[in-house]
Order: sequence, then structure tokens, then C-alpha cells
Amino acid sequence: MSVTAMLQELLIRKKSAIVDKWVKIFLGYYPAESLKFLASQKDRFANPVGYTISSSAGAIFDELIGDSESSMTEALLKDVVRIRAVQEFSPSQAVRFVFDLKGVIRNEIRKEIDWIDCRDELEVLESRIDNLALIAFDSYMESRERLFRIRIDEVKARSSEAAAENGGVQNDSHVKRNG
Amino acid sequence: MAGPKLKPEELASKIKYSLPPKGWMDQPVEFKEGTFSYSGNPKNIEYMDLPNPRKWQPTDPDWKLPENWKEIILEGLKDRLHRFRSLQIFMDICVRCGACADKCHFFIGSGDPKNMPVMRAELLRAVYRNDFALAGKIFGRFAGARELTLDVVKEWFYYFYQCTQCRRCSVFCPYGIDTAEITLLVRELLSLVGVNIDWIVTPVANSFRTGNHLGIQPHGFKDSIDFAVDELESITGVRVEAPINKKGAEILFITPSADYFGSPHYYTLLGYLALFHEIGLDYTWSTYASEGGNFGSFISHDLMKSLNAKMYAEAKRLGVKWILGGECGHMWRVVHQYMNTLNGPADFLEEPVSPITGTRFENARSTKMVHICEFTADLIKNGKIRLDKGRNDNRRVTFHDSCNPARALGLIEEPRYLIRNSCNYFFEMPENTIREQTFCCGSGAGLGTDENLEMRMRGGLPRANAVKFVKEEHGVNFLGCICAIDKATLPPLMEYWVGGVEVGGVHELVGNALIMNGEKERTTDLRGEPFHIEGNWNAR
Ligand code: SF4
Ligand code: SF4
Repeated sequence: MSVTAMLQELLIRKKSAIVDKWVKIFLGYYPAESLKFLASQKDRFANPVGYTISSSAGAIFDELIGDSESSMTEALLKDVVRIRAVQEFSPSQAVRFVFDLKGVIRNEIRKEIDWIDCRDELEVLESRIDNLALIAFDSYMESRERLFRIRIDEVKARSSEAAAENGGVQNDSHVKRNG
Repeated sequence: MAGPKLKPEELASKIKYSLPPKGWMDQPVEFKEGTFSYSGNPKNIEYMDLPNPRKWQPTDPDWKLPENWKEIILEGLKDRLHRFRSLQIFMDICVRCGACADKCHFFIGSGDPKNMPVMRAELLRAVYRNDFALAGKIFGRFAGARELTLDVVKEWFYYFYQCTQCRRCSVFCPYGIDTAEITLLVRELLSLVGVNIDWIVTPVANSFRTGNHLGIQPHGFKDSIDFAVDELESITGVRVEAPINKKGAEILFITPSADYFGSPHYYTLLGYLALFHEIGLDYTWSTYASEGGNFGSFISHDLMKSLNAKMYAEAKRLGVKWILGGECGHMWRVVHQYMNTLNGPADFLEEPVSPITGTRFENARSTKMVHICEFTADLIKNGKIRLDKGRNDNRRVTFHDSCNPARALGLIEEPRYLIRNSCNYFFEMPENTIREQTFCCGSGAGLGTDENLEMRMRGGLPRANAVKFVKEEHGVNFLGCICAIDKATLPPLMEYWVGGVEVGGVHELVGNALIMNGEKERTTDLRGEPFHIEGNWNAR
């Protein structure tokens, strides 16, 4: 179900303010001394974390309020969550930024809500945000599982190394190891 | 070595850095699973005669340090300030311009301000100020001085084992302050009280015992090489010789042990074997110098020296003229930047001359050790080998400059020359992520442990991010590199961040393309994969 025209129009108008605030809150989870770099370095290779969130936020928002159901949001969200999943965050902190969007939107359109009377539509929008949060949660788990799978593979490789070392014989399954 | 494009003043004016608000000195570190490496095995610490062998882990409240640990560390620092003038200068000269602050991959990937190189060094500098600099002695904390406490030791361990000694930061420092050097010295101080990690201590002990990180004994080494010779024959139809411990050979070949025991390193080994056979090189492997890597260089000047010495001792024993070195990272940093004062000059060897082309490698006059990429590039330049680039058409290649060859050795063009002559499809990553500015794999200098995986993924993000870009833009599916640690740690990095990109050595690509005399009709590369893949981007 799509967000109705009136609210949609309002949100399009407020887009840049909403997205900016959302990104700011996202970056606000990082230590204050790093904030300036994360927010101001625009080169996507020099600042992959800042770039990923600031380039994804607008697109995610567009799809959220738009009519089309595409899978781009999912891919973008995955990129963002994959970063959070290996940083110094608890699981809830890692995906919390999705829920933050609700507050940002409500704050930005607080005045307008009353006179355009779009409470129902807002509810629809918010349940779509909840949906995003579920996707984020899935992505978080997928990232962590990937991490653990990689770790298990490394441990396995190391134990077959030890076996090879003891036997002193090379077999045809070459093992991974450090330099 | 060319520096960054901007002048130092311009660089310096770009970022303003101020010390973090009060309190950073008082926050103790928290050791969270996934972000640190386990402690050194006491058995191997004892074997190496290193101080304070015992069972402990970073998560233990009590690290069981010797009673006079503080005195030991401060004495150690005093001694090193005296012995290494560079350290004294690095302590005094930093103007906190911040040019280095956002250049470290661990900072970029984690957002943790203590991973800014300037802050990392500040962890030592604050103690230095407290105990060795006049202002600090008088004004204490107001002058940024800090007393050495157990929490400081823990913080040192945490953050100096979050530096891969990659030296990207030093490329941007207008004063050339080398944080990698500071990291090495702090790790040396920590080692004095028995604080080190197993992924360094155990490979070092193994290298002392059997000559290589894994502790492979001579018969195991020989089995590995023999196996590779058989496998190469089954792929190419050509039987090659791989002499081991051959006295009087012209050249000793030394490469990381991972090349003959790890994957995907192994395909690079096949490449070496094919190449040496094809040019009829008079060379030998050594069971004792069966390791190019020098993990000693990650924690101690003394260990670095001993491990480096054994390569030269072996060259002497075997009576070779000079040494050819394989695709390794830090081995080259040690050889190029430390060897001469550690163990050199190696006067008993000859100035290296290629027996095939007659080229004199003047740059290796004092170390007598030539990088295989230079050696092979010279062969190609002189038309001594035939290469069929089409044999790498299943690959769309990009190249990761490994930190040490790029920044410590200045080996930038040779590997690219080899790739361009061996492959039809080569795509560079963005300029600010390669060459001198290359981003580290995030797992060097002993940090490539499975228990440290989460931290490695943070540190490797900038590198992976650039690979992802060329994958999306150009369909890149192969990441070439010339370092054994890269070959071990880039595959998991790719698996986490990118997907669908294989990792391999440059001499694997050369080996794939090499046309050998008497070879059978070839349809597959050294991995046994077909040269051309239908539906592959290149076949479009
Ligand atoms: S040497 Fe590399 S890892 Fe260490 S602080 Fe500098 S940039 Fe970071
Ligand atoms: S280490 Fe060099 S670049 Fe970094 S703050 Fe100090 S002077 Fe500036």
C-alpha cells in the first residue's frame, strides 16, 4: 500500500531536511572526534562509511515514500548494515537508525500533520519503516553469520595445517594460512 | 618514492585537528571478542627466551605482569630513546597538524578516534611527556602527560595491535613521522613484560626451530615442492626440476612458506616453478631459508635481525651468488630498510646480475637480493619469455599494491607491467587507493588471526570498498597482489564485503600466460579452470 498523495507531496518537499537530519543522527552514534571526518569527507574512497550512509539515505527515503516496490532499498540497507555489523555497536544500536527515521519525520512535519490530517497515512508510512527495520535486522544477522562462517573456515584451515605439519605430507587440499 | 600530490603545507592546512575533549585518558579499553588477538603461547615464549612466559588472556583482569613491570617498560623506553634517534624525533616533532588523522584504514573503517595515527602515537607520547620531557614533568596532564598505569598498558596492547604497520599515514605526514616504527617499538616494550600475541610468537618460534612459520621440517618441505612439480606436470605436460639445498647453485630463491602450503598462494608457486624451468635458471630452494616472512619484525628489532640473518647464512652455506625473493610483503621492508644495518652489507655475495639477460640490478648492490617482479619484468622487457595473454581471459584483473612493496620498496610499476603483459583485462582501482596511497588489507603485522576477524573487517573496509567499485564498474573478478599475508587475508575480506572476487599472485597470472617448450595442448589455467568461460563478461 502506498503513501497517499498529500503526505507524499509534503515529504518530497521536506526530503532534504529529513534526510540530512537522519544522516546526522546516524553519524551521531560515532565518537564526537570522528564525526567531522565522517560527515565532511565527501570522497567515497577516502570515507566509505560516511559516503555509504549519505548516498544511501536519500535513495532509501525516496523508495519509502514512492509507489514502486523495488529491491534497491534492500541492497542499500544491506550495505549500510554490513558496516554497522562489524563496528563497535550492539545489535540494537546497529539497526536502530532505521527506527530513528520515524522520529525525524514526525518532528519535521509536526505542524503540518494537524491541518492536512494525514494520521492514517502516517501510520502506513511508519509500518513501512518497521518493515525496513525487519530487513535491517535480517541483514545484520546475515552479516554476522557470514562473519562467523568465515571464521570457522579459517579455524578449519588452520587445523588441517596442523595435521599436515604433523604428517609432513602435502595432500591435494591446500590450506589457507597467514604469510 | 614519490609523495602525495599535495605539498606538505597544503596537506597540513586541510584538516584541523584538536585533541579530543577531556576524558580520553580515563576511559579504559574493553576487550570485546572479535577485536583483539590471543596471547602468546608460553611454551613458545619460553623457547624464544622472551620474558615472562605464562598463561593469560587480554580479557583477564590480571595480566600477571612482573612486579616491577613499570620500571622495566620505562627503562626500556629510555634505552630505546637513546638507541633510536628516530624515536626521540618522532616523540618531539609532531605538530598535531592532523594530516595523518584520517588516513588510517582502521580509523576510516571503525570511526574510533584512537585509531587516528596521531592519537595512536599520542598513547606513547603522553607517557613520554610524563617521564622524559620537561614540560610534562612540571605541568603533568596540562601538558598532555600521562602516568604509565596498567590501564595504559592495556590500551597500548589494544591499539598498537590495531596498527598493521602499513605506513600509509607516514606518506601524508609533512615530517615523515613513521607510526609503524612507533608501533614496533611499543610492541617491543610490551614484549619486555611478556605481553605479545600468539600469531607472532608461534610463527617466530617455528621459524627458529625449522626455518618457517608453520614448523614444516625438511622432509615436509620437500614433499610439498615435489607435489607441486607433479601437479605442474599434470597441468602443462612439462616435468620441471626444483633443486633443494643445492650447493653451488647460482641463485637462492626465498619465498614465504605460505606459497608452498597455502591457498591461493600455491598457484603462484606453480608459476615460479614453470618460469624458472622455462628460462633454465640455475637456482636452489633451501629447507632452512624456507620462509621469506619475518614475523620478528612485528615485535622486536632483535628477532627481526636473527630471522633476517638466517637467509644470508643459508646463502653463504650454499655458496650462491645472490638471492632472488618471491612475492612477500614485509620481507621486503626488512631487506630494503633494515637489512643493511642489521646484518649487512652482504659482501660475501655478488652484485646481482640476471644470468638470462645480463641486466645488473644495481639497486640491490648492497642487499644482494632481487624482487621476483623486477626479475621477471626484465625477462619480458628483453623478450626472453613468451606469454599468451588469452590464457587469462577468464579473469578481469585489478591489482592491490601490498603496503610494504609499494611504500617500503617503491615497487609500483613492475607488477603492473607483468599483469599488462599477461592479461588482456586489467583495471586500476581509484588513484587514492593504490600505489603509495594503497589501502592495507587490514590484517598485516600479525593481526590476521581468526579471533581478530571483526577488527580485520573494519580495517579492510577501505580496500574492499575500492575493489567493490571496480567490480561493479568493470566486472572485475580477480584481485592480484604480491604478498603472502594478502593472499591469506584478502579472500575472507572479499567474501565479507564484495563477493565473487578471487585473489591470487601476479606470478600465478604470469604462469598462466607462460608458453612452455614442449607443453601439451593447454585449455586450463594453473587452477585447472578453463581459459575462456562462456557467459563471462569478457565473452560478451
Ligand atoms: S601505519 Fe598504517 S595501520 Fe598504523 S597508524 Fe599508520 S595508517 Fe594506521
Ligand atoms: S604525525 Fe605528522 S601528520 Fe600526523 S599530526 Fe603529527 S605532524 Fe601531523
